[in-house]
Amino acid sequence: MSLDRLRGTTPAKRHNARTIAALTGNPGCSRRAVLDAAGIDKVKLATRIGFPGSFGQSRFALARGNAFEAMLKADDCALLRSVLDVGVVDYHDLGADSDDTLGARHGRTLSLLGSARPALVDHPLLTLEVAGQTVFLEPDLIAFQSEGRLRVVEIKSFAIVDGQADSAAVSGAAVQAAVYVLALRALLGDDRVSHEVVLVCPSNFSLQPVAVVLDVRKQLSTLRRQLSRLSSVSSLIAGLPSFVSFDLSLSPSDLISSLTAIEARYVPECLSSCEMSVYCRSEAAGSTAALGRSVRESLGGIEEVSTVLDLARGAVAPDPGQAEAAALLRQAARLRDEALP
Amino acid sequence: MSTLVALARAEAYAAGRAQPIATVRHLHVHDRPFVLIPLAMAGEANAPLAAMLGTAHDDPHLLVVEQPRNRDERFAFAAELAARLVPYLESFAGETEAVAVDRGRDVRHRFVDAPQVWLPNTGGVDFLRLFGRSTRFRSVDGDYPVHPAVPLLGRWLTFLAGTSEVPGSSLLPNAVQALTLHWATGQSGAEDAHLGSLLAWIESGAAAARLAERGPVAGPATDPDFDNHVLAPLIANGDPALRTTLHELLLPTWDGMWRALALLRALPAGDRVGSRWDGDRDAYSAYVQHLAEDGAPQPRRDGAVAAAARLQRLENAAARYAVQRAFDDPLVMAEYRLAGAAFGGVVTLANPDRVDDTGKRPVLRPRIMVATTETVRVEPGASLTSPARPAQKAKVISVTATATGHDVLLELSGGMGRKLVAEPGSVSAVGESLLLTTLSEAYRPGAAFPDPSETPWTHGGPPVVVESVHADHE
Ligand code: SF4
Repeated sequence: MSLDRLRGTTPAKRHNARTIAALTGNPGCSRRAVLDAAGIDKVKLATRIGFPGSFGQSRFALARGNAFEAMLKADDCALLRSVLDVGVVDYHDLGADSDDTLGARHGRTLSLLGSARPALVDHPLLTLEVAGQTVFLEPDLIAFQSEGRLRVVEIKSFAIVDGQADSAAVSGAAVQAAVYVLALRALLGDDRVSHEVVLVCPSNFSLQPVAVVLDVRKQLSTLRRQLSRLSSVSSLIAGLPSFVSFDLSLSPSDLISSLTAIEARYVPECLSSCEMSVYCRSEAAGSTAALGRSVRESLGGIEEVSTVLDLARGAVAPDPGQAEAAALLRQAARLRDEALP
Repeated sequence: MSTLVALARAEAYAAGRAQPIATVRHLHVHDRPFVLIPLAMAGEANAPLAAMLGTAHDDPHLLVVEQPRNRDERFAFAAELAARLVPYLESFAGETEAVAVDRGRDVRHRFVDAPQVWLPNTGGVDFLRLFGRSTRFRSVDGDYPVHPAVPLLGRWLTFLAGTSEVPGSSLLPNAVQALTLHWATGQSGAEDAHLGSLLAWIESGAAAARLAERGPVAGPATDPDFDNHVLAPLIANGDPALRTTLHELLLPTWDGMWRALALLRALPAGDRVGSRWDGDRDAYSAYVQHLAEDGAPQPRRDGAVAAAARLQRLENAAARYAVQRAFDDPLVMAEYRLAGAAFGGVVTLANPDRVDDTGKRPVLRPRIMVATTETVRVEPGASLTSPARPAQKAKVISVTATATGHDVLLELSGGMGRKLVAEPGSVSAVGESLLLTTLSEAYRPGAAFPDPSETPWTHGGPPVVVESVHADHE
């Protein structure tokens, strides 16, 4: 079975740094790997089967992000130049375009970045291998070239207050920047692109920009691992039954049978990182994993809540592998009963 | 997570109702709390959108910033919040009591009560911490003058946010943390962060919790759909309906906050909750004094010595809080029993009059034998305590395996009076059920840190730069 066949008549979703970064979210999940590799629109799929999530972005946040970026780029990037301390270099904006001119923009990107001339290059068009396919990345970045080396500059609108920022926001930005580093390296070679990226954020409670350097080596290796996992997805897809399809014109019940044919690995973290999570949560109801990784571990790794309770009450005999966990659970149940009035 | 709490989650899932994980209340609940629900503007760095606040359930007060990106409105909000919150905070700085210090050689005074500000969740605490940061350095004159109450509010908020990091402190509690300390739901911790859903698990059950998930959030972040479809047009048009909309949005959380307080009040307070509140009153009294004498805002960042000292204080508080909870609550102690750090048993032999006269002076050292069927992970020489007699130490002399478990021989010291004969009842008698644990309430002195003035500047010593009147320009 091919990736396109899985998607049916629905067009493939275009990737951006955010969707690629999200691939690192739950690397153990085959369902997600297949859906992402095939370019399935998970928001539409989840809505179609009656389990919509809330993954929107506030327009206030978008507006502030745009305002901050516009401010940095005004007057030929005057403010950006000063915060990056880059002096007089060229600024090239490769702009946005439609599907049919992507190739041309990619060509211009290649020639500009390949020339090794010091410059700020905005909106370069990059490509990345995802699941054996070359996808265009719609990047929102500036590459700064100096002395033959490129640095990724990422503009984010979350605030850095007294040198500290929201850790979730920073790690999200680091993964996205790592996606760009990876794509740039694929284009120009590893030694041309620095693993240190520059994050430009508003500082304290003003819109004054501040630049900080992040080392994204860790994020790079996670991404590489996950992308290589995705490339092995083709063998997984080859083994799927022929009825499996995510053509959105199919009925919800057909789509659900297709989903159940691919193994998932739901954890509560999915709720904030994967568009399928409301469906997967309801499917995983009754599993200890749905209560959280640490809960499952504390319950001796037993998979089902009902088994946990049966073992704790001594209602069933434990399998040989469960003996230790069962003894702990029985003891825990006894202590709970004793302490509760 | 402990296996006992994990088991309670499993039970809650099966029952469709939250299950208790505490038999007593582990925090002080004030008779006159101040409830505060802040809402932030998405995307902005700590811009308030609204707040619902007050000290009585039937009297919520709503503050709204009609144009959240307008700097003047933002500081008008801060001034209004200050006008309501600061008088509450200061209202406890009245009557004092004397406390003996230095073994009774001296006394100091502390206020007999302290404020308690309740927030819905830790996000609210973070919001207030940043709001404190953005207001405490503001100057009341110069280019961007603010109302004098604003920097004072900032200092108070920074103080309160600082106390919320101290385990066991109850000056700035939040409802989600307080409830999850006492109940386990049948969902994940991530889902418990939604106050409405958490309350529904406790009050009505799983089905109601799923419905509540789709209900209004408890802030400080708003729902993106709400932002895009409701809030944006209201703000863009300067629509007077903004107030009513925000009032309706916040009201369910407001009610939930007071229901959470009622749920907690219904639990009996643990024995050691009062002494932790004493510590909170000390902290409050000291801060009132600081404001009266010097009043400088807290620095942006602690120096290295201050940071290390603070870290150690927090670690000590955490250890003390863990032990106190276990001593107060058999259900918490059960976690230590499961791990082998505590065991229950029955006294089978007792020699209450035993005197050890091998040293310079004879000392009273009774011995008891405790038979237990529980896991025992203690070695001879270890020092144990029993919650029933916290002042007494029990040294393990030997641990012997028996057909049903273990016999533990213990030598007792302390808590038996000053004579060579034990006070009646101070030594366990044969047949008494006893709980023994390696946990100890004993005070552990902290490491000595150099005085800041003697610290090299590389470690945060002088010169001290206090940018107290700096204003961030926007
Ligand atoms: S929500 Fe479902 S599909 Fe997505 S990562 Fe989790 S388990 Fe996999």
